[in-house]
Amino acid sequence: MATEILMPALSPTMKEGKVARWLRKPGDAITAGDVIAEIETDKATMEVEAVDEGTLGQILVPEGTENVAVNTPIAVLLAEGEDSSAMPAAAPTAAAEPAVAQPSCGPVAAPPGAAPVAPQPEKDWGETQEITVREALRDAMAAELARDEDVFLIGEEVAQYQGAYKVSQGLLDQFGEKRVIDTPITEQGFTGMAIGAALTGLRPIVEFMTMNFAMQAIDQIINSAAKTRYMSGGQMSCPIVFRGPNGAAARVGAQHSQCYASWYGHVPGLKVVAPWSAADAKGLLRAAIRDPNPVVFLENEILYGQRFPCPVDEDFILPIGKAKVEREGRDVTIVTFSIMVGVALEAAAKLAEQGIEAEVINLRTIRPLDTQTVVDSVKKTSRLVTVEEGWPFAGIGAEVAMQVIEHAFDYLDAPPVRVAGADVPMPFAANLEKLALPNTDWIINAVRQVV
Amino acid sequence: MSNETDPGLGGGHNSRAMTEADLKHAYYQMVLIRRFEERSGQLYGMGLIGGFCHLYIGQEAVVVGIQMELKQGDKIITSYRDHGQMLAAGMDPRGVMAELTGREGGYSHGKGGSMHMFSSEKHFYGGHGIVGAQVSLGIGLAFANKYRGTDEVSVTYYGEGASNQGQVYESFNLAALHRLPCLFVLENNRYGMGTSVERASASKALWRNGEPWGIPGMYVDGMDVQAVRAAAAEAVAHCRAGKGPVLLEVDTYRYRGHSMSDPAKYRQRSEVDEIRKNQDPIDRVRRELLAMGVEENELKAMDEQVKAVVTDAASFAQTSPEPDPSELWTDILVES
Repeated sequence: MATEILMPALSPTMKEGKVARWLRKPGDAITAGDVIAEIETDKATMEVEAVDEGTLGQILVPEGTENVAVNTPIAVLLAEGEDSSAMPAAAPTAAAEPAVAQPSCGPVAAPPGAAPVAPQPEKDWGETQEITVREALRDAMAAELARDEDVFLIGEEVAQYQGAYKVSQGLLDQFGEKRVIDTPITEQGFTGMAIGAALTGLRPIVEFMTMNFAMQAIDQIINSAAKTRYMSGGQMSCPIVFRGPNGAAARVGAQHSQCYASWYGHVPGLKVVAPWSAADAKGLLRAAIRDPNPVVFLENEILYGQRFPCPVDEDFILPIGKAKVEREGRDVTIVTFSIMVGVALEAAAKLAEQGIEAEVINLRTIRPLDTQTVVDSVKKTSRLVTVEEGWPFAGIGAEVAMQVIEHAFDYLDAPPVRVAGADVPMPFAANLEKLALPNTDWIINAVRQVV
Repeated sequence: MSNETDPGLGGGHNSRAMTEADLKHAYYQMVLIRRFEERSGQLYGMGLIGGFCHLYIGQEAVVVGIQMELKQGDKIITSYRDHGQMLAAGMDPRGVMAELTGREGGYSHGKGGSMHMFSSEKHFYGGHGIVGAQVSLGIGLAFANKYRGTDEVSVTYYGEGASNQGQVYESFNLAALHRLPCLFVLENNRYGMGTSVERASASKALWRNGEPWGIPGMYVDGMDVQAVRAAAAEAVAHCRAGKGPVLLEVDTYRYRGHSMSDPAKYRQRSEVDEIRKNQDPIDRVRRELLAMGVEENELKAMDEQVKAVVTDAASFAQTSPEPDPSELWTDILVES
């Protein structure tokens, strides 16, 4: 049966083009793959290859013809034994009209699990012991390394040096060099390597000396770790933890002092956790390591040495995606995470002396955000102050405020207020650095604006 | 083209050792890839495939020769010019082409497209759209093989364009440090988009680029499937024996543009024509098979078989429905 050769498109947006040149003439024998013509647009040229074999029949569009619409028959290819009077019996397949999503003002369809869900009370884990955040992180990794042979720790100075900040102290001795692996200073390389291993089902914990250095590898974290499950139609997953100190330390300047909560929180396919206390650190890191998804685990260097009570129960673990009300109050909701939880609690104590009872929510997880706990609190207090160390623009506070506006607007008695780090690269000078980071006074002033 | 000195791990990789049966298999696979790609180009022209579409036409001998030395469990990863790798790995042409058209029946249910396709079953780890990123991921696949104590090998394909990315060298270092069973296959098709290798790489012998890390380099004519296979045999054996990575540069040529929209101004038509006419890897196998005494009819029968497979794939890719709108929200996270 004769087939029509159609005017091809160079790109999905091309509507018409020029038949620049015929390279074969009627009567020529054609085999699949032969270049038979050239077409052109103002941007590019393209060769038209025969897909079937046969004899070139009639040329329907002579060379030099401009403005030939895509999918117009430009020639006829005859099968063996046919003559040029043969024409295709059926119309050529029309290009499929892609279904166009209907534009909509509202959310088209909420992603599964995005709607606020009813909170459940946190389990009582019983007896606690005071440990540092550093010990909590180490204990969590030791417990999971012992529990699952597929878990390994990889990063700069994690093994022989015992961790740049001593978080991995003792793990090399306990688990050996197969499971606790020093890398050269090569973030993109070792992050990609760990992600590749995770795609096969291993469960790497990637330690970045600081999250600032993870920017060298952020393409791998986002394009490879976060997106592969979706791009593979659910065939592959990437169970991996990216952890390290995030945010400002002390006097280390602009390139070592930055909060990445908003950066990673933006990305579907990632979970983002930001613990404050030792219990947060231990319970959430264990959950992160067991999670079948990529988890970015944002620690804080200044918190490493701080002590908190932490459950001693060997099975202690906390759920990702669940915030904690650290202090109850009726007058204002303060939503915060990581090191700023402690600052907010100090501010709340001072506010209490002034007769203002603030409720302090420790988000614990940035993504997925526990919107329900925040909304429930605002419905009670009618006022919202967000606190974060990172920059204000497009920050976590902006997102939390928007969630409250969407879900509890009518309950608000005042516009939400954001407390955030100064919108500047972190300065080095001690006095300037102090001016760049939120403190209790900033929080108290913000609360006073709304109460 | 670019071997300044005599390359080779053992020097024997240009031996011609394929049996008639193997050579017929190679012929079938290469013709399958070529016809599949031509059809993809046609569907693109008809507006049925959108976005980017990078065809493998001209390079068929590379992936077919290497695949013949792999065994079940060996892992494969490549760049965005990935259709050939997928077909050679045994992935279903229907599923591959339906992914190109963005349909439910595609390997990723239409959510990946030409550049992002995977198969757990065939140990094919993509299909990556970021130039060079697959190289770091590829050493991770090899790392996993070693961690698990298997003798499986990971084949990491990349082009001479990607060979200028920093993470390729980070990966060389890590692979050599850990003696990872990783075969780096540098497909030198001479143009990274429109920039010739001479204009992009100061290195004149890319197969030697792993030397600072002690990675053995090999160089082979990628238009000769028998030579590619022989080189792969040596390289894969080296990796499988736990001796660490190997870098195999394969000299090849892409007939078509970088992607479908290509100005074709950076090289002469005569250059393409000359290679197509005198060095075509499929013509070569065809001649070799005929010289072995294989009947023309037998080859024709294989051609017909391929044609049927590709026609069926194209038809499936056009009739498979578009993904259900609910697919938008699935496979983002593993729900636990």
